[in-house]
Amino acid sequence: MSASADAAHGHHYTTTGLDNRKIAIWAFIGSECMLFASLISTYLIYKGKSLVGPFPHTPWTDPSSGKVFPAILNIPVTSASTFVLLMSSLAMVLALSAVENRGKPLPPGAGAWDKALTSSKLWLWMTCLLGAGFLAFQAYEFTSFVHEGLTIRRNLFGSSFFTLTGFHGAHVTAGVIWLGSLLAIDYKRGLQPSDALAVDLAALYWHFVDVVWIAIFTLLYLIPG
Amino acid sequence: MSQDNAHAEHYHPTWKEYKWVALILFLITVVEVWVYYIPELVASKAFVPGLLIMSAVKFAIVVMYYMHLKYDHKLFRSLFVGPLLVAILTLLGLLFLFSKIAIRLSGGG
Repeated sequence: MSASADAAHGHHYTTTGLDNRKIAIWAFIGSECMLFASLISTYLIYKGKSLVGPFPHTPWTDPSSGKVFPAILNIPVTSASTFVLLMSSLAMVLALSAVENRGKPLPPGAGAWDKALTSSKLWLWMTCLLGAGFLAFQAYEFTSFVHEGLTIRRNLFGSSFFTLTGFHGAHVTAGVIWLGSLLAIDYKRGLQPSDALAVDLAALYWHFVDVVWIAIFTLLYLIPG
Repeated sequence: MSQDNAHAEHYHPTWKEYKWVALILFLITVVEVWVYYIPELVASKAFVPGLLIMSAVKFAIVVMYYMHLKYDHKLFRSLFVGPLLVAILTLLGLLFLFSKIAIRLSGGG
């Protein structure tokens, strides 16, 4: 197929034979690896260097007031939000699969679950809602931390923690907006197999946000300082 | 583009594979959180390496199956793995410079 014919069909192949949008998203994800590595490095370098509490894993008594600040990280809540984000990745791959397989006949004897697997709207909704759920958990966590005395200006832990998790939360927010736009297109004209690449790009970004959280969950929450 | 590459680019795992991937990710997360609440395990030398290994396995599973890098073109793999290695080396270099990790030389004075 000639270059002009490719363009007419919405393909953007490069001399490598690969779609330039997919090359671009992988290059972008590669650059994001370095962004998050720098933020995680900053957190780890400052870990255990805060002069005043609250601290992440150990209680702290304020010498001036005698007030006791408990260990601030809430592992059960964060574990739940981690589970929510992992499940959103599952919903995302099912949304992509539904778009790719749209129009294909169901096998004989297909049940309700097989039909549900073909609904891109259902899985895009699920991904959006689970992403929003993760953000709700983060909003709850940030609010409770502030009420317990940990702000971004309080100590080195607060500064590096809120910066890192805040950046991640901003990425999740961007992902939810991106998925919301795909959902709007799906309602307007229906996502077709020819749109699979557009959904795949959003899915790659979404899964990247998930793998970043996998690293953050272990390094920030589970490994004591 | 060769037909082989074109085919490889379009292969994605099936629902059954995705289900198993999700289950494995869930179970690893359960184990991670479970060991966090066992003081004897937290105090052991294997705790941090164990958590890092479990985290790395989860990371690799998501990248290979959900991001289907296992089935994608080599160029995509290079675009991701190259910067990831640079990022990891930068992280380790910074931790080394700020004395967060150290290399113990045997027989040193």
